[in-house]
Amino acid sequence: MLPPTPMTLSEKIIARAAGKDSVKPGGIVTCAVDLAMMHDSSGPRRAGKMLDQLGVAPWDTSKIVIVTDHYVNDPDPGSVKTQEITRQWVADKKIGNFYPEQGICHVVLPEKGHLKPGMFCVGADSHSTTGGAFGAFMIGVGATEMTGVLATGEIWVRVPETLRVSVSGTLSDGVAAKDLILKLCGDIGIMGANYMVVEYGGAAVRAMSVDERMTLTNMAAELGAKTGIIAADETTAEMLAAAGAGDVDINAWQGDEDAPVARTIDIDGPVLGPQVAAPTSPENAAEVAEHAGMSLGQAYIGACTGAKLEDLRMAARVVRGRKIAANTRFFVAPASILIHEAAAVDGTLKILEDAGATILPTGCGGCIGLGPARLDEDMTGISTTNRNFVGRAGPESSKLYLASAYTVAAAAITGEITDPRELLARGVGK
Amino acid sequence: MSAEKEPIEGRAWVFGDNIDTDQLAPVPSYMNKEPEEGCKMCLQAVDPDFAASVGKGDVFVAGNNLGIGSSREQAPQYLKMLGIRAVLAKSFARIFYRNTLNYGLPALVCAEAGRINPGDEVRVDPLAGTVENLTTGETLEAEPLPEHLLTMIADGGLLAHLEKKLTPGK
Repeated sequence: MLPPTPMTLSEKIIARAAGKDSVKPGGIVTCAVDLAMMHDSSGPRRAGKMLDQLGVAPWDTSKIVIVTDHYVNDPDPGSVKTQEITRQWVADKKIGNFYPEQGICHVVLPEKGHLKPGMFCVGADSHSTTGGAFGAFMIGVGATEMTGVLATGEIWVRVPETLRVSVSGTLSDGVAAKDLILKLCGDIGIMGANYMVVEYGGAAVRAMSVDERMTLTNMAAELGAKTGIIAADETTAEMLAAAGAGDVDINAWQGDEDAPVARTIDIDGPVLGPQVAAPTSPENAAEVAEHAGMSLGQAYIGACTGAKLEDLRMAARVVRGRKIAANTRFFVAPASILIHEAAAVDGTLKILEDAGATILPTGCGGCIGLGPARLDEDMTGISTTNRNFVGRAGPESSKLYLASAYTVAAAAITGEITDPRELLARGVGK
Repeated sequence: MSAEKEPIEGRAWVFGDNIDTDQLAPVPSYMNKEPEEGCKMCLQAVDPDFAASVGKGDVFVAGNNLGIGSSREQAPQYLKMLGIRAVLAKSFARIFYRNTLNYGLPALVCAEAGRINPGDEVRVDPLAGTVENLTTGETLEAEPLPEHLLTMIADGGLLAHLEKKLTPGK
């Protein structure tokens, strides 16, 4: 008998979902979907409508999760209508896994225990790649594609080549996963991992919390990748157990060390410094010093990418005992209700509010140019979000820099782009 | 075997690298506009004659990263409405690639697409993965599409395929 073909974690998951012993990059296979996630923008009003036009029922309501996060807390009649359509469809189809206004879908999904290592998942949103932080293979799809999944429970995929990113050591203080992913965007560009799966590993990634790992897989989308993935370990298992995901078998879902990969990038963790991505692309990433002193009208900590509990705590460390600059407004929109509650209990929100932050309700909000954190005409802002394309977070005349929660918080205090390590080094309030 | 699984023969429209979804389907082309009107703006910034001149059965040829940008499905929809019957590119942006196939258009990765000149008559065989340049006499290699995707394309795209498969009496 031939020895089993060594496979990456992604290949193992795809093979399992396709009912095959092995798969190879470039092959096209049909996979059974373990979970399909939609939000109020892509879901019932678009994919749901097409499914109804087909006249078929969802293949398995227990495997569908619907989260409202895009057009929430918005009095616009179109937004109100979208919420009505969503709720009605959920009620009609008896979708049990419905989380209205509980937070941003990519954060709510694991929080509610829906993800586990080895799962094959799809989401009707380009940042569905986030789910890879839990050792699952999760891809973003369009609304027509989602209609097909809802109807059949299947999807075809081209097995992606793997880009392996290995980060050594640990990140230094004041440096976060966001800096790492922005550095990658700058180094290989926004199409640098086109078709590929980005597999993150190495000591620095193993040392990261689940919150930080999610930032890496979330922004695999900004590398053009099909998705990002991080093999589960004790850290993942602990988080998932707390979320009620049930038994998690981390050993069953590890890639083979000798599996061939298309490309490997090694990053020296300890030497990485804070990054900012200048308008109008995440690939315009540079060391924070290159843009230091740029005056800012707004600092925003929000989105699936940058408003998890750990992001809020990073910001609190920087602003503790300080006040925000007069020229800069500072908004914080926790990525979920549970994060909001945890940050209230541990005092994080109080520290942010004392510094002058306005705490906003959870939702996609400012990241997609909605709500109070929408950038104004000609305004330049900095945020913990994932994209800074023209017109993404405000009018076309607005400009946006992307950075970590440390760097965004430092900017809120000084009113300009600032290396957060300068504030951290001075100590509380100085 | 349906017609679409057989080779597609037509005139080549050749474009370069990084043709993005804003060029294929500019935002004003679908804001309060029907696709029949909107498709006339397809690629207007790159080749103002394209939409008016492209003929039924023609073949779209591009360089690397065809379809980069948003997930908007109007991009392949317009190409199909204008008459394009096959899309060749050195490489595709992945969401556009899937949207194109889901819209019922064969999308083939052809590393040698650069060897096709504007106006060449080409014959594309999606099943065999070959592109014959009838003008130059060359045969180029493309990556073949699997049978199940060709069936979906022959049915007219994913929704039409599902309708046929799931609600045959409809």
